[in-house]
Formats: sequence, structure tokens, C-alpha cells
Amino acid sequence: MMMTLNAIFVLVILINLFVLGAGRMKALIHAAALQGILLGLLPPLVLREAQFVPLFMALMTVVLKGVVIPNMLLKALRDAHVKREVEPIIGFMPCILLGAAATGAALVLAGRITPSASPLGLLVIPTSISMLFTGFLLLTTRVKALTQTIGFLLLENGIFVFGLLLLGAIPSLVELGVLLDLFVGIFVISIIMHHINREFASLDTRRLSSLKG
Amino acid sequence: MWLTMTLLGAGGFAASGLIGMVGNRRRNWGHWLSVLVAVLAALCGLTAAMAILLGAPVESLAGPGPAPVMTTNLRLDPLAAFFLVPIFLIGGLCSLYGIGYWKQSHHPRTGRKLRFWYGILISSMAMITLSNNGICFLFAWELMAISTFFLIATEDFKPDSRQAAWVYLAAAHISTLLLFAFFALLRMASGSFLLRPLSPEQAGMGLQTALFLLALGAFGVKAGMVPLHFWLPEAHANAPSHVSATLSGTTIKMGIFGLLRVLPLLPARPLGWGILVMTLGALSAFLGVLWAIGQHDLKKLLAYHSVENIGIILLGLGLALIGEAKHQPIWIILGMAGCLLHVWNHGLFKSLLFLSAGSVIHAAGTRKIDRLGGLAQSMPLTSNLFLLGAIAICGLPPLNGFVSELFIYVGLLRTMTVLPILALAAGVLAMVGALAAACFTKVCGAVFLGTARTKLRRVREAGPAFWLPMMILAGGCLLIGMAPTLVATPLNRTTSAWAHRGLPALVALTPLTALTIMNLSLAAVLLVAFLLRRFLARQARTQPTWNCGYAGSSSRMQYTASSLAQMLLGTLRPLLRMRRREPRLSGLFAGPGQFHSHVDDPVLKNVLEPGWRRLRSVLANGRVFQRGNVQSYLFYMLLMLLFLLLITLPLGALWKILF
Repeated sequence: MMMTLNAIFVLVILINLFVLGAGRMKALIHAAALQGILLGLLPPLVLREAQFVPLFMALMTVVLKGVVIPNMLLKALRDAHVKREVEPIIGFMPCILLGAAATGAALVLAGRITPSASPLGLLVIPTSISMLFTGFLLLTTRVKALTQTIGFLLLENGIFVFGLLLLGAIPSLVELGVLLDLFVGIFVISIIMHHINREFASLDTRRLSSLKG
Repeated sequence: MWLTMTLLGAGGFAASGLIGMVGNRRRNWGHWLSVLVAVLAALCGLTAAMAILLGAPVESLAGPGPAPVMTTNLRLDPLAAFFLVPIFLIGGLCSLYGIGYWKQSHHPRTGRKLRFWYGILISSMAMITLSNNGICFLFAWELMAISTFFLIATEDFKPDSRQAAWVYLAAAHISTLLLFAFFALLRMASGSFLLRPLSPEQAGMGLQTALFLLALGAFGVKAGMVPLHFWLPEAHANAPSHVSATLSGTTIKMGIFGLLRVLPLLPARPLGWGILVMTLGALSAFLGVLWAIGQHDLKKLLAYHSVENIGIILLGLGLALIGEAKHQPIWIILGMAGCLLHVWNHGLFKSLLFLSAGSVIHAAGTRKIDRLGGLAQSMPLTSNLFLLGAIAICGLPPLNGFVSELFIYVGLLRTMTVLPILALAAGVLAMVGALAAACFTKVCGAVFLGTARTKLRRVREAGPAFWLPMMILAGGCLLIGMAPTLVATPLNRTTSAWAHRGLPALVALTPLTALTIMNLSLAAVLLVAFLLRRFLARQARTQPTWNCGYAGSSSRMQYTASSLAQMLLGTLRPLLRMRRREPRLSGLFAGPGQFHSHVDDPVLKNVLEPGWRRLRSVLANGRVFQRGNVQSYLFYMLLMLLFLLLITLPLGALWKILF
């Protein structure tokens, strides 16, 4: 079981790096969807015995992050006629390097703070921190609203992984609530994107500053 | 039962606020209903408060609070009851005054808002007095601060009102912030939010002094103690007059109440505290009256007199604190009696003055003293009531101001044998009284005597909704002045409860009976003189007051408010920062010129405003970070998160591992 878990974590980290280097929007969305499905597999693996709420939560994660949200984003993509992230504030290659460095640092640092007897192995916290960092990197270096949405998605994924450590300690209802928030958030963002696009003929968030008073 | 009645009174005022909100904008029925509820609530609350003052036992109540861990603790003790009397009395009377002064049909835009916040203000002040728990106290305190803000900003379309309201809001926030610190420290020391006296083991001298200074700052801002009074004059001048009366008569007294409420919690009370309070009191009294003399705005002048009277109240409190430190029960009773009675008295005569000023403003349409004049002929009742209030505020017999100041005088002179230096404060008090008399000579002379200085619209005497509340307040002033023995029982009871010990009776210390006889005979003499003058003056020719024997003088040749104050202000010039603009006269026949003099508030104009401007220019450097795009803000968040992550890590150990 530990092997499977670790394999998933490694895959997830690889997806992070891929996301940082991807220029095509469609590839980004697909990668995020794959990551969501992989994360949805985690709770059943972690649990010793079957419990209803965590399993339901896993199912919801797979459905929402793997199917519903990516489809919403793809639809927004079609509507907006955006194909690529053309002008990132930091280039793709430096981004990948930064992400790799952050993941490395997370591995070194988290070795110190993971409880030694963690049932989930040593990779949980590094993965989580690496995902948080990737999400933030996307948010800060990309200018298209769609990429930023994916940044938020990754951020939430990172929190989700962290939450695995506390599975059972915090009520799963909270997790479900977070999931619902995420869904509603992205729902709203995709509507807003539609409007931004119609108004400015672009999804470039830098133009939003022209709304400033 | 009495506590329930008090709560009913507080709730009644809140209800009157809510009722005042509904109703037609152009019609008055909502207004009348609201005032009716307010007056009934006031009667209910007054009955309960008087019952406690006259000897009914203390009542308390505990119940669940607004949040899970909190509780509501209410307690109706003599101190609370003592402050509830002016709250309900003035609250009810000013509400009544509002019928004429701020008629809904004349003020369709602001009337409903005004009544709502007025009801909330009175209700929150009543809750402050009842709170026996830090959380309740803060809650009510904040509610009072907010409602006062909205009341000052009633006429929010005027820039002056908005400015005054903002300054007030800043001051109120400082006060609340200090109170938060105070109650947090108290909670740390005692382990509970209940207002219970600390034991010496729970808090050392340093902690208690810190608590005392926090309380003095927080409540000093509210009370308008120099140098924390900077918000007060503008706020009181720009609010509607009956609101100014309430603010001056009761709301600033909440600062005094707060001090009196928390001082018994701190058992140490060394001599230094009392000296500090007394010094601040003397400073407030002296500077307050000095600044008042220089004002040209009727309400601002009255507002500065509030600073002065808060100073007198603090003098009494300081004396009581020194008495605690020196174990002199006589000082405690006399100081506290002066302090408490002056709270009542100032509530009575200051409300009376503000309300009669309100009538003048309502009739003449301006509050600039130099534009008024000769109103004694057109508004005889208002001018006589103002004169009565003026005599009371100057501390002259036979009215109530004299009684409370007498307690403080006697107390201060009793210190002669132990701490002779304190007797100097009696000199300050006497000086303040003299200056106040000069100031009110100026006001009465310029506003009510002489002839009209500018063409005012046709001024008429105000209607019964105006004079009825003023008559009741004037009756209160007369009653306390003529029969001071009546207030001896409430004062004794409140003071003993406050000091937690038996104290000598007030009647034995001051010649109250002799005072009664003296005041009554003085009043009788005045009455006889008045009647004689009326009888004899039939044949006398009447001339305008400031005519000085010239036959053909015009109204512009009479004394102005500035010229009446000129001599005093010239003498005291080093203490005041007076701005003067004098006309340059040249040639034999000088052309028209303008003279202008103004006394600024030194704390606001010379300390706070420049300081604030400098702070703003320093803070403007931080605008570099305000870039306006999402990416930068998210980047700041990332940096913050990384920082937080780093400080949670055991860095020293990490260093060893890595290198």
C-alpha cells in the first residue's frame, strides 16, 4: 500500500512540474484533471476500514476535480478562444527550475517536520508543500485568468493532500465543505472570465487594473 | 424588580429609537409615538434608579451571553443608579425637546435617523452602567461610541459635521482600543471577565499602575479631559442642540463613570494616582474655561465649558483618591460627594444651557455669537433660563453648582493640616469660577442684551416643547441649590458603596442646613429685588444695554463678544494661541477694515494635525507595494506563507543538519 501511495505522490509531483512548463491551456487543464483523479484515489488507500463519508468525499473529488471542473474550464476556453499562455511574467523554463528547487527544499525541510511514525510515508508533506508552491507560482507568474484558476485548483489540491494527514481528526464534512467552496468558486470564476473576455476582448488579468478608481 | 424596571427603561429607549425610524417622512406621528415611549421609559428607569439610591438593596442578574463561553452579568448598585438618574432624566427631556427642535416634518431627511441613534445611545449608556462584566461593558461601550458618531453626523451633508464626526470616531477608537487592552490585562490578572476587585497577590504594583493608566486614557478620552479633549468642542458644536445636551450632560460622564467603576477593582491606589487625577482635573478646569472665553461659536463655547466641568469633577475624584491613599475618610466623602454631585449638576445646567442655546439657534438661525444680540426682548423666557443655567455653571449661590463646588472646597481646605499643597487646588477652583463668570457675562451680554447685530429673521419665543424640558431642568437646578439636604442620602449611600467602607455622614461635615437657609434667603432677596425693580422701573427710560450714554449709537457700535473677552484674553495671552487679523489703518479717514480674532484648540491644531500630516507623508512611501495587479498581491501572500513556514521550523537544528 505504501508503494502505491508513494507512486501516486511522485506522479502528482511530476504533474506539478509539467504544469509549470506547459504553455498550452488544454494540456494544463488535462494535467489538472489527472491530478484531481489521482488525489481522489488517496482517501480509500489511506483508510483502514471502509467509512461512508470519506469514500463519498473521494468520489466527489474524482467527479468534481476530474470531470466537472475541467469540463467547465474547457468550455470557458472554447468560448474565449484562448489557446496558449503567451507571455508569462517568468519564462517556462525558469518556472520549472523554481518548482523543482521548491520541491527539493520541501523534501529536505519536511523530513524534519513529518511525524516519524506517519502511516502515510514521508512524501505527504513535501508533496503538499510542492503543490502549494506550484499553485502560487502559477498564480503569480501567469497573466491569463484561466491559468490563474488552475493555480487556485492546485493550491486547493495541496491543502487536500495535507488534509490526508488529519483524516479522521477533522470532520470529513469540513473537507466536503472545502470541495463545495472550490466548485462554487470555479463556477463563479468561469462566469466572470466570460464577462472579462467579452468586455476586454482578452483574459489578461493585468488589464483589470484599468478598472481601478 | 428594580433591575427589571431599569432594563425596561433601557429597552424602552431602544424601542423608541426603532419606532422613531418607522413612520412617514413628512408627518409627525412616528415622532410623537417615539417620544411618548421614550418619556415612559425614562419615568420607569428613573423610578428604579431613585429607589436604589434611597436604600433598596443591590440587585444583580446573570444569564447566557452572546457567545458560547460568555455570560451576561448585570448589576444595579448605587453607583450605577446614580449615573442612571441623569441618563434617563436628560434622555427623556431631550427627547421631548426634539419634538419642537427637530420636527420630522421640518427635517424629513435626518429626523428618523436621529431618533433611531438617539434611542440606541441612551439605551447603551444605561447598559454600560449596569454591566458587571468586561465583555458586556465593551459591547455597550462600543454601541455608545457608534451611536454618538451617527448623532454627530446627523447633518452629514455639511462638511463641518462630517469632519467633527470623523475626529470623534478616531478618538472613540483610541478609547475602545485602550479599553480592550485594559480588560485583556484585567482578565489575565484575575482569570475572569467579571468586574471583581483584584487581590494584591493577583496583581503587583506595576500591573495595577498599567491598568490605571490604561483606564485613565480610555475614559479620559471619553470624558474630554485635557489633553484628550480634542474631539469634544467640534463634536458638541456640530450635533443638533438636544443631542449636544445629551452628549455633554450624560455621554461624557460615562468616562467619569468608567473611572469610578474600575478604580475599586484596583486595590493599590497609591498617592501618585490621586495627584495625577487632581493635576489633570485642575488643568482641564483651567484650560477649558480659558479656551471657552475665546470662542465665538455659542455651542463650541458651551462645549469648552464641559471640559472645564469635567476638570472640576476630576478634582473631586482626585481628592477622594488621595483620601484613600492617606486614609482620610473625610476627604473621600467630600471629594466623592463633590465629584458625584457635580456629575448631576453639570448634567442639569449644561443640558439647560445647550437647550436654551438650541432655542436661540432655532429662532435666529445662527450660532455665531457676534451675529446675535438683543434676544432678551424677543425671547424673555429663554434668556432667563439661560441666565439661570449660567449662574449655576459659574458655581454661584443659590443654585446647584455652588453646592457641589462647596463640597470640593471644604474637602480641599480640610487637607490643610496634612497636605497643605492640595489647598492650592481650591485656588484653581476659585479662579475657574471667576473666569466662568466672566465668560458667561460675555455670552449673556452679547447674545441677550444690546440690540441685534445683524438682520436676523423675526425672532419669536419658543413653544412649550422647547420650554417645558428647560423648565424641568431649571427646577432641578433650583431644587438641589435650595435643598441640598435632599441629595445627602444618595450621595452618602453611593460613596460608601464605592469606597467599600462606612464613611462619616455628609450632613455632619458641611453646613447643609445653614446652606439651605442662606440659599433660600438669597433667593428671596433676589425675588424681592426683582419685583421691586419691576415695580419701580415703570417710569425709567429704557435704552439698549451697550449704549454707554451715547444717544445716536448704531447696533454696530456696541460691545461684541470679542471686545467683551478682549481684556481677559490679552492678559492671558501667553497661555492661549490667539490668531488675530487686524485692519491696517492709514490716513485721517480710515476706510472700512475687518478685525478677526480666533482661539484655536492647541491640541488639535498644533499637535495632532501636523503629526497626522507627517505620518501620512511617511506612510505614503508604502504605496510602492500597492501595485494594483493580482499577481503581486498573491506574491506577497506567498512570501508571507514562506516566512511563516520558516519561523515554525527549528532553524538552529536545520543549520546543523544542512552544513
